Amino acid sequence: MTTLSSRHDFVLIFDVTNGNPNGDPDAGNLPRLDPETNHGLVSDVCLKRKLRNYVELARAGEVGHHIYVQEGAILNEKHREAYVAKRGDDAKALKEAKEAKKLNPKGDEEARALRDWMCANFFDVRTFGAVMSTGINCGQVKGPVQMAFARSVEPVLPVEISITRMAATNEAEQKKRAEGEEGEARTDNRTMGRKHIVPYGLYVAHGFVSARFAERTGFTEADLNLLFEALANMFEHDRSAARGEMNTRKLIVFAHENALGNAPAHVLFDRVRIGRCVDGEFRALDDRGLGNLAPARKFGDYLIEIDRDGLPAGVEIRELL
Amino acid sequence: MAFGIRLHVWGRNALFTRPELKVERVSYDVMTPSAARGILEAIHWKPAIRWVIDRIHVLEPIRFQSIRRNEVGHKAPAGTIRQAMKRGDLGGLQLLVDEDRQQRASTVLVNPAYLIEAHFDLTDKAGPEDTEGKHLDIFNRRAGRGQCFHQPCLGTREFAAHFALVAPDVAPPPRNPATETPEHGFGTPRDLGLMLWDIDHAAPGRPSMFFRARMVDGVIDIPAPGTPEVLR
Repeated sequence: MTTLSSRHDFVLIFDVTNGNPNGDPDAGNLPRLDPETNHGLVSDVCLKRKLRNYVELARAGEVGHHIYVQEGAILNEKHREAYVAKRGDDAKALKEAKEAKKLNPKGDEEARALRDWMCANFFDVRTFGAVMSTGINCGQVKGPVQMAFARSVEPVLPVEISITRMAATNEAEQKKRAEGEEGEARTDNRTMGRKHIVPYGLYVAHGFVSARFAERTGFTEADLNLLFEALANMFEHDRSAARGEMNTRKLIVFAHENALGNAPAHVLFDRVRIGRCVDGEFRALDDRGLGNLAPARKFGDYLIEIDRDGLPAGVEIRELL
Repeated sequence: MAFGIRLHVWGRNALFTRPELKVERVSYDVMTPSAARGILEAIHWKPAIRWVIDRIHVLEPIRFQSIRRNEVGHKAPAGTIRQAMKRGDLGGLQLLVDEDRQQRASTVLVNPAYLIEAHFDLTDKAGPEDTEGKHLDIFNRRAGRGQCFHQPCLGTREFAAHFALVAPDVAPPPRNPATETPEHGFGTPRDLGLMLWDIDHAAPGRPSMFFRARMVDGVIDIPAPGTPEVLR
């Protein structure tokens, strides 16, 4: 399989309804906020985690699609048997191919072989890179895919919701309750908790795929398609009590003809304009007239426009979602 | 300095990690020469050339924000990979993130913007076909079109850098008037202390090199390689 030959930049637009897209460990798991503007944030690593989880689910046990940085149970233990069987004597052939590669001497050779082997087997190493070292630094893999922090298009207002549980964690807690006021048996063991939600937030993340780095890690066109598939579906398999309803709403890809690109990324990103929908009309977010408008609570409250006029030569806009 | 270039770079955040504070990362106040070099190399680099940063202009006020994230505590051990490679199977070769978790805060810069002034020297790897004009043309062409080898970043890869070439005959992007304070070296030069100059990748152990950074009217002059101002 040939590696990816052209640069791509992408804009991912996703929303959250009554959920916490990314908790801030510094703020008691409140949704992440830009303290200066109150825009919501979702860290790059949060999104990459979901991409890894999706690939792990969708391509479980397939050759070359293992996930190195795993969450939770070791699914690989089960896949391993299938993997060994599938590869059989192929592994030798693969290994030979690796060793025959002409590379610079100086002991870096083995480091390179290790790196190539990790890239060939693990989707996340091939895509996002990894730092691999022991005492001797045998280098690191910089993956072709780079993601930036996602940011909400308007300030979000996190809401704290108190919830109750009709049970006590342990006996001591139960005892403490019993010593207090008398009450109904049902409420005696009650404990209270807290949830933080964003009633609604539309977030935008920017991503970059370098064709030159793809060459180095063996990231292929098929891997790119899998990445886009994962970006479109990652929230579908990340349901939990904390997340609420999260959905990928739009995935806009700028495909460059040239490996190095045909236009600056920021110029392309500016072509995606998000505004409020007022009676079906597009209104820019900084429009002063929006002051009295009720806060957005659904995707329909926003309009997304893509400026396709005068696109730089060699750049193609692909609206994947 | 006949072959100098100027590049305007900016982004939402930046993290130029201080080597002494890198567990809970704290950024330097301004971009380091080594980070600037990395940005230029992301656009164009060949073993035949070596980028030298001459000056860094700080165009926006220095502001910080804190971000805490869940991170993994370990790197991939090469030994384990070697064993797995020999065995030909992937058993035991993964990092379990929730068993090996570290929560780390980063103190990052907010809305930074810089103007990098730099030039390049030819190295001893340069062949007869490597002329200064050729590499300068390649860089100017790429930067002018927004092309890059990989998207450059402001310190760490999650903080993408946007860039625009500032041609020699074009006025540089204006400095935010809010920077014109003593904190940015206006009126009196501001001592930024010892700052990373670059890492000597050629020497064994890859030692760091430092310099005493001074900001004068929002501009930091970077000492040339090999001068006594570059401290080891």
